[in-house]
Amino acid sequence: MSASFEKGYNALKEQVDAADASFFSSCVHCGMCAEACLFFTETGAPERTPINKTEPLRRVWKQEYTLLGRIGKIFGLGKKVTDEMLQQWETLVYDSCTLCGRCSMVCPVGNDIAGMIRKTREGMAAAGHAPAGLIGATKRAVTIGSPMGVKLPALQAQIAHVEKDTGMTIPVDVKGADYMLLLSSMEIMNFPEFIEAVAKIFKHASVSWTISSEAFEATNSGIQIGVSDIAAELVQRVVDAAAKLKVKNVISPECGHAYMAIRWDGPNLIGKAYDFKVVHILELLDDLRQQGRLKVSRRLSQRLTYHDPCQISRRGGVIDEPRNLINMFADNFTEMPDTGKMNWCCGAGGGVSSNERADEIRLQVFQRKKDQLDAIHVDGMISACSNCRIHLEDGLEEYHMDMPVLSLTETLAQNLEDH
Amino acid sequence: MTETELLTWVRGPGFQIATIIFVLGILLRLAEILMLGRKPNLAEAKGSAMSSGLRTIFTRTIPDASTFRRSAFTITAGYIFHLGLFVVIFLYAPHILVFKDALNISWPALPSTVIDATTVITIIALIALLVHRLKDPVKRYLSNFDDYLVWFVTILPLVTGYIAFHRVGLPAPSLIAIHILSVELLMIVFPFTKLMHTFTLILARWYNGAISGYRGVQS
Repeated sequence: MSASFEKGYNALKEQVDAADASFFSSCVHCGMCAEACLFFTETGAPERTPINKTEPLRRVWKQEYTLLGRIGKIFGLGKKVTDEMLQQWETLVYDSCTLCGRCSMVCPVGNDIAGMIRKTREGMAAAGHAPAGLIGATKRAVTIGSPMGVKLPALQAQIAHVEKDTGMTIPVDVKGADYMLLLSSMEIMNFPEFIEAVAKIFKHASVSWTISSEAFEATNSGIQIGVSDIAAELVQRVVDAAAKLKVKNVISPECGHAYMAIRWDGPNLIGKAYDFKVVHILELLDDLRQQGRLKVSRRLSQRLTYHDPCQISRRGGVIDEPRNLINMFADNFTEMPDTGKMNWCCGAGGGVSSNERADEIRLQVFQRKKDQLDAIHVDGMISACSNCRIHLEDGLEEYHMDMPVLSLTETLAQNLEDH
Repeated sequence: MTETELLTWVRGPGFQIATIIFVLGILLRLAEILMLGRKPNLAEAKGSAMSSGLRTIFTRTIPDASTFRRSAFTITAGYIFHLGLFVVIFLYAPHILVFKDALNISWPALPSTVIDATTVITIIALIALLVHRLKDPVKRYLSNFDDYLVWFVTILPLVTGYIAFHRVGLPAPSLIAIHILSVELLMIVFPFTKLMHTFTLILARWYNGAISGYRGVQS
């Protein structure tokens, strides 16, 4: 990744489309997006106002795509984007934004601010102003195949464990299976119970599935850092594996941005519609529920809530499915204030958790989640993103709160009837 | 130039020049935006972009309860001055005559006492918002020359109109000429400032709703 200011500027220039131009033309500087962003509400720093994070992109739009801006440029007027400016913006764009998209839901003129911050990252990365942690993760994703450096033998070892513990067979490279399951590195390394849970549910519901040994990684660091060609390469690996195994569907696992990457960004990155369908694991499970293929044997009486992962709910459209599933086994399900598409981010999505420099602030802004949880007094929290889950556990520990953070898929599996 | 000549000029050539800049400027700006185009989305849709986009144009007018609580002042004062401007601009009898002359359409007016009171309320709301802009850390941080210019050219016709209505200081023709000039200033500045949001927010809300709706989220 050779970077230069010129490349960064051009990358920003390439990003601007009619939607962004409408957004920038419409902003009235009302400041309401600040109140939608946990990086502002929990720190009070005005420079962290979401729309301000798009300032490099706005300046490029103004100078390149508006008459007044172009005239101003000829006379050397107007605010320019400089390398120093991009450097200054790095911590705003990467450390103080999880691309959660809450600002985009609140903006009274309708600006998709999060979408524009995502585009701003393309310029930042091309100019060499991306965080070291994300650059490392992206390099590992390209060279090793996983941002955490997880190689096939590691997955095979986890699969062997699961098979030994449960006596089930985990299908690998099965041609013609209906579903090909992707996993996030975090699930492989930290939550192998997820693989076990999926295997158990699919056995219970007789789903034909497989894991590919060539493309099992669901996450996409190229998206988080903002380098579209790398993101496209990572998507292409999945597309190739799906073609090789002739599967009809690819399952995105419990990981927020993986779903965004493979479901919504993927086809646009590679410039071609898929020959297969992408479903989120929760969509598939809810589908199985509707078909009556999931039988629950016991119900939970604890007071439980659901943390919507931003890229799955607000940015991804999987909102009702988790609730339908939780209601299958939970007698006492309670929503947090501001839930569903308006839920507050955990504080560690969008590459923030891969960026060590942001460790302090992500825990600071967890105060928002704490306030949400304090309002409802629950015994446990369910979610559907391993990245949220790790950070929620971190945050709960930091704030001395004692409650389990459960995976929805795993909790469902535990409460299914045994065959 | 006598005051009658001045009034004749601002009503005639002055108004024509301002109208041309206003209309062509807006068309230019809209063309600038739309010509940038947008790549087709190759991901399989989960919902309708079109219907969600259209819905969001309207739904984004009303904030959700928690957003309202967090930005109550901005939203309340914003509503007051926007509605106030609408009433004062479009429901005052002499203004309706201007539209009738230019476009040959007309509609019922509100009594001038109501317009008078609305003008005062609108001016107060705008002053309150300016004070907030200067004091609130976020707004102050975001604000640039454009924000203050737009505030000035928006409040100016309200103030000059109020003075003209109450005939304070100068003879009536001069006061009316000054009022019309202030409106012409607003019209000339309009296309090149954030005042454009009047029109572009329809596009912006549509895009926002379409992006969400395509993925099956109601925005």
